[in-house]
Amino acid sequence: MSGWFGGYGGQFVAETLVAPLEELEAAYQKAQASEEFLGELDDLLNRFIGRPTPLTRLRRLGVETNGCTLWLKREDLTHTGAHKINNAIGQALLARRIGKQRIIAETGAGQHGVAVAAACAHLQLDATIYMGRVDAERQAPNVQRMELLGAEVRLVDNGTATLKDAINEAIRDWIAHPDSTHYLLGSVVGPHPFPTIVRGFQSVIGREARQQFQDAVGGLPDAVVACVGGGSNSVGMFSAFLDDPVRLVGIQAAGEGLGPGGRHAAPLLYGEPGVLQGTRTYLLQDDDGQILLTHSVAPGLDYPGVGPEHSHFKDTGRVEYRTASDDQALSTFALLSRAEGIIPALESAHAVAGALELAEELPSGSNILVNLSGRGDKDLVSALAALRERDGADR
Amino acid sequence: MRRLEHAFADSQRETALVAYLTAGYPNLDETVNLVDAACAAGADIIELGAPFSDPLGDGPVIQATTQQALRAGVTVAATLDLVAKVRATGNDVPIMLMGYCNPFLRYGLPKLFADAASAGADGFIVPDLPATESSDWLVEAERHNLGQVFFAAPGSSPERLRRTAQKSRGFLYCLADNGVTGVRDRLADGLDAYLARVRAAATTPVAVGFGISRPEHVAALRGKVDGVIVGSALLKRIGAATTWQQRIAETTALIGELKEACR
Ligand SMILES: Cc1ncc(COP(=O)(O)O)c(C=O)c1O
Repeated sequence: MSGWFGGYGGQFVAETLVAPLEELEAAYQKAQASEEFLGELDDLLNRFIGRPTPLTRLRRLGVETNGCTLWLKREDLTHTGAHKINNAIGQALLARRIGKQRIIAETGAGQHGVAVAAACAHLQLDATIYMGRVDAERQAPNVQRMELLGAEVRLVDNGTATLKDAINEAIRDWIAHPDSTHYLLGSVVGPHPFPTIVRGFQSVIGREARQQFQDAVGGLPDAVVACVGGGSNSVGMFSAFLDDPVRLVGIQAAGEGLGPGGRHAAPLLYGEPGVLQGTRTYLLQDDDGQILLTHSVAPGLDYPGVGPEHSHFKDTGRVEYRTASDDQALSTFALLSRAEGIIPALESAHAVAGALELAEELPSGSNILVNLSGRGDKDLVSALAALRERDGADR
Repeated sequence: MRRLEHAFADSQRETALVAYLTAGYPNLDETVNLVDAACAAGADIIELGAPFSDPLGDGPVIQATTQQALRAGVTVAATLDLVAKVRATGNDVPIMLMGYCNPFLRYGLPKLFADAASAGADGFIVPDLPATESSDWLVEAERHNLGQVFFAAPGSSPERLRRTAQKSRGFLYCLADNGVTGVRDRLADGLDAYLARVRAAATTPVAVGFGISRPEHVAALRGKVDGVIVGSALLKRIGAATTWQQRIAETTALIGELKEACR
């Protein structure tokens, strides 16, 4: 494993973390070749997570815009409600093999935190979850879930008190306890080997979806769309289609929708390469290299960096990166609920919003596969409040 | 490199004392005075921190100082200016620039090393740059004859220690313990055995940092290492003082006590 995706990636970490990262890489490589590990993982994916998740054909959205068919890969139907559990259970199993009893993790939307808490409870590991105070407030039900599942939730007040700050605190904890603790990173970000390991555990999404699409329709979809925060659900989905003649589209958070000058979380569109949290990748930064504040209504997308493989895909052009704004995501949150009976996570609503825009540009009859990364239960309070504020009395 | 080599020349008789200060804390003018006070009280090397928004290797004390410096608008360029100002006072103590990768990369490595050399800095200490990712930095460090310091950690394998020490220019920064920077009450268990391993792997001078806060710590390390590095303990004393005169006095007092223990 090289740890580089073109000129992106690497291992820019404190010397203290080099040994545990090397240990993790070796353990992952051994596990990938172990029938026992793969068998146990498969069993957990089927019987604990509820895989395979279905592929749902939408009846109205897309069809009514331009005669396009939207197919949703239903990661919202996994146990704990988002794709995050695919990686959480895989890494927790790996940590147990290495002999690390204590697990730490960061969480933004709370979905990764809940997934880690559930995986650790199931495998009887100890979980400590770092979460920005702002995120904890806007995703309160997930804090309760983590605690009910037996995890310790540590709130972080530094910086903007969101995902990046939670990752900083988790890394500091790991620097203090490199021997006893596994850092269960939740996306394809951070130092090598995390981007490769997390992609590996999330690639089940793309493998299933590609087969399911072939079974349902025959052939391949015309485009595949996913939202890109750190980039794990998208890389997991795209990984099965990289060699296919299929358009791959990643949707980043445009926040206020004012382009590079407004508040947003779209480093792949408005950022420049730099080094943050162990990896070289596109970042939102100022002229002095300080990391900028970000904004998205979706906490899971509210991050100034992105997985290094996406930076490589951007430069090679293999994946096209577009945006959806807070406003579009909120409208789509309500629309998908009413028109199709599916309440999406605000993160996933960005993907659906992006797919609906794409549907208007594609020829009638096109098939668009969208990864619905998670469900919206966690967002009800904040999304309904935001919709009420936006639409005022006329709702 | 000349000034750095000189600072460690007599280290078996007297441990070199490295004092960490954050550029622009509590403000840029005062940093110049604090550097001078630390040197007058016996600091042999100054480690000057350029602030970064996400200092992953730092605990609360240093984080608070870099946040304050950032709020005041201190940049890499301002940090380089500060070095030039210190040199203008006639101070000839080696000054190592400490900072995280991103602001330095953003400044541009060729320009960074050129400007650092002309400002009178002696090299770089970059806690999120392991030797294995450092080839571009080392090219520039060689070109300008500046130091480029890498780290040893308690968990580093013997092979890793050997290769890291080989690449480190100026000295090897030996992390006394796992964890981020911060004041610690006592030295880590097993430190002596670990220092012996580092010593066996390194031909460069070895300086120990992280948690070194008291004269007893420094005294316990005499003869076992070439240098000791003090940061959080100094900034904590400075932060507790309320006037600039007191800040100078606290710096003079702590550095003086620690230097005494070096001899
Ligand atoms: C439901 C959901 N979708 C997407 C994301 C974004 O992460 P990634 O880009 O790694 O898939 C998150 C992150 O918290 C999430 O909870």
